[in-house]
Amino acid sequence: MLEIFQYQFMQRALIAAVLVSVACGVVGSYVVIKRIVSLSGAISHAAFGGVGIGYFLGVNPVLAAIPFSIISAIAIGGVKQITDISEDTSIGILWSVGMAIGVIFINLTPGYAPDLFSYLFGSILTVNNTDLYIMLVLDLIIISTVYLFRREFLAVSFDEEFSEVVGLPALLVYMLLLALVALSVVVLIKVVGVILLIALFTIPAAISKQYTYNLKNLMVLATILGIVLTTVGLILSYIFNLASGATIVMVLATAFGISYYLRG
Amino acid sequence: MSLKAVEINDLSVKFNEQLVLKDINFSIGEKDFVAIIGPNGGGKSTLLKIILGILTPDTGDVKVFGKAPKKARNLMGYLSQNLKFDHDFPINVFETVLTGRYHGLFKGYTKRDDEVVLQALKDVEMDEFKDRQISKLSGGQMQRVFIARAIVREPKLLIMDEPMASIDPEMQHSFYELMSRLKNNMAIVLVSHDVGAVSTHVDKIACLNQELFYHGPVENAANGLEEIYHCPIELISHGIPHRVLRDH
Repeated sequence: MLEIFQYQFMQRALIAAVLVSVACGVVGSYVVIKRIVSLSGAISHAAFGGVGIGYFLGVNPVLAAIPFSIISAIAIGGVKQITDISEDTSIGILWSVGMAIGVIFINLTPGYAPDLFSYLFGSILTVNNTDLYIMLVLDLIIISTVYLFRREFLAVSFDEEFSEVVGLPALLVYMLLLALVALSVVVLIKVVGVILLIALFTIPAAISKQYTYNLKNLMVLATILGIVLTTVGLILSYIFNLASGATIVMVLATAFGISYYLRG
Repeated sequence: MSLKAVEINDLSVKFNEQLVLKDINFSIGEKDFVAIIGPNGGGKSTLLKIILGILTPDTGDVKVFGKAPKKARNLMGYLSQNLKFDHDFPINVFETVLTGRYHGLFKGYTKRDDEVVLQALKDVEMDEFKDRQISKLSGGQMQRVFIARAIVREPKLLIMDEPMASIDPEMQHSFYELMSRLKNNMAIVLVSHDVGAVSTHVDKIACLNQELFYHGPVENAANGLEEIYHCPIELISHGIPHRVLRDH
């Protein structure tokens, strides 16, 4: 069975699985413990707006998604502060409007968008070297930011109000965390696509959370779990000739079910 | 002249056109132990949040040790009400209290922080649980951990929102013992909707129900309370050691 890894696209896919799992393990841990799963879902869908703009302008859609998803992440944090629109409502709006912007810009782009489907549902097998470099750089940014702000992220995730009282710039830190979510979304787009990526964000961290009460261990465990499960999904999708993104999500969901059952 | 811990002049606050606090004039001395009591929805938490600088008042002037509340945060310790967090949030008792020692961006915690945290945990009799995950505690134990988190900052003004909320009766006594030790070094203000929970250890009582009535020493408070609640109040609750007011 190992012969499948002789193919270059398979090797790249494997590297992609590792890079994706790092982003998911680290940022996904915060997403799960701070309970911003649906907010992250909105940011991921909004990123599609950036993909569409990328097509329209003729730049790499993944790169175009970076500023777009960061801006939407910060907007959602800011809207909560300066208006009385509930976060729930702004999530709903951002979720669909981001997608709509993407669709409109792709409409406006002359010709046919060949790999549009892969941005929606992912296609880990078509990841190229440029994608891998982008993912690597984003991973490094994510890890160093989390290292530098680990105290702030922990405090804000646990108790935003108290953090503010001890003089921590809680809102800025929260927005920085959302910006990291946005960066991770971009790392993940190519592998599972904007529609499915929330599973990779939440499930490894949610499983790991059942086994440790230490945040650092949680991140490490979630990363390892992400690598294992994504690779299993990748191999299964190859064997059964199924869509890779969807297969990975199903493997994650199965693992979550088993783990939950075993923990009783 | 000594600096007041808190000085509030002509404070009013509205939420959605609804007046929550009206014409509050109030001050807390450097070493005062003040209880603010009043019914639920009377604006107690709002008042605390204004002192902390979390909320900004519509009108009026608030000074904490002569500064704007936000500028005085280093001098304040805070115990909030109804903390909501993920039930298996990956944080233990020690780490929780340590967040109270936060120094600023890019500044780590020091050895002294560890010592102060351990001492605070001893003060609330929670040191043996220091490695326990936060949700693996009873409600009362958790409340003691959050009290430790509030005092670990070594504040000059300790602000507590319903500190008795889930404290077990036998802990109440040691809570007040801790407070009477702390009040040599700081001003303390606590709010409670439960008149009975406020003990003889408190120096002064204020009643808040949109408007604030300051009664000074505890014994004078009797008439004021009835005015605020608009009904007679049972002021003697726990019998001898915990009597709120003298027989009258």
